[in-house]
Order: sequence, then C-alpha cells, then structure tokens
Amino acid sequence: MKRFRLSDAAIDAEAEKRALAHPAAGGCLAFEGWVRNHNEAREVLRLDYQAYGPVAESEGEAILAEAIAKFDLRAAHCVHRVGALAIGDMAVWVGVSADHRGAAFDACRWLIDEVKRRVPIWKNEHYADGESGWLHP
Amino acid sequence: MKYKLLYFASLADRAGRAEEMRDTSAQAPRDLYAEIARQHGFSFPADRIRVAVNGALVGWDHALTDGDEIVFLPPVSGG
Repeated sequence: MKRFRLSDAAIDAEAEKRALAHPAAGGCLAFEGWVRNHNEAREVLRLDYQAYGPVAESEGEAILAEAIAKFDLRAAHCVHRVGALAIGDMAVWVGVSADHRGAAFDACRWLIDEVKRRVPIWKNEHYADGESGWLHP
Repeated sequence: MKYKLLYFASLADRAGRAEEMRDTSAQAPRDLYAEIARQHGFSFPADRIRVAVNGALVGWDHALTDGDEIVFLPPVSGG
C-alpha cells in the first residue's frame, strides 16, 4: 500500500490504522479532518476537492518520508479525498506509529500542517446562499 | 514550441477550461505564465504560484521542451 494516497471513495480509518502496526511501536495516533458546515461565518453545504495527482502523490510521499526521519517514526500514512464531499465526511486522514507518544503527537501535528501547506489539492466550498468558491489561502 | 497546459481550481474557472494546447515562443515557465495570466486574466502574482512540468515541481527558469505538460499551481487548500 502506498503511504500517501488520493481516494475518490470513503476513507476506512480502521484499515488505515492497522497498516501502521509495527512491533517496536508503543502507540499510534491519527488525525481525521472532517467537512464542517461553516467557514469564516458562512454556512457551507458541501465541498469539492480537486488534486493534481502526480505532484500530490510525490509531495505527499516526500512529506511522509521527512516526518519519519524527523520524528523517528515507525510508520506514517496519509489519505486525502478528492471529488464531492458532504458535511461530516472525512476529508483527510493522517496517522503515525512511534516508540513513544511524544513523537507521535508532534509528528501528527507537523504532518497535517505540511499536507495542507504543500500538497496540490484545492477545496471548492458551496455555500447556503448559492455561491461557491475555490479557496486559495 | 507546443505545450500542454492543465488548469486547476480557480485558474480553470478563469480560463474556462481544464486544459489547452498552446503554441508559443515562451521557453521558460516565467514567460509562459506572464503570457497566459495576461490572456486569461489570472490575478495571482508568480510568487504565489508553483510550477510543475511533466509531474515534477520545477523552478521558474526551467528550460521547457516541446510537448511538455505544464501546470501552474495556485495556493492550495487541502485538509
């Protein structure tokens, strides 16, 4: 299984977590990003995610490799949805396993921040007032 | 030279298409972006855009080759 994947189907968090197993790991930690019903005081009805696959996959893999080296992880994986998502859907899953909890917490935070900053994925929010817009922070 | 350009997110909306074939004298992403930004009305300055050629991130002065697939990546919003 690739460590970083784009998926057009629902993310199976339990299956992702099992793939982190390692006999030297003392624990695992995962962050799930969910689609919420508001952004900057606007009511959000649904989202579309678009990705540029080749660079999303190479940047995603590079980020995971950096995290494993930087935080001494036993495993690190990430899955990000593309396509149409509803409120409450899981948009992104990042998970790590490590010998000790400190590294796992630090790595998870760093990973989700780097994925949001570097991986070419874009979010189009559809608002309750009928407007929509791609976010380019 | 002839290039294939892919557009994403608001750049695709602004250009009114997801891809185009372009015949141009531009030889580096810097000149090509200036040309298409003018033509399609892209408002992002180059310092907010990243460039990918044939699936790999490159610099603005990368030497382009006939037939390259080029993507100008606007600021991302995954997660």
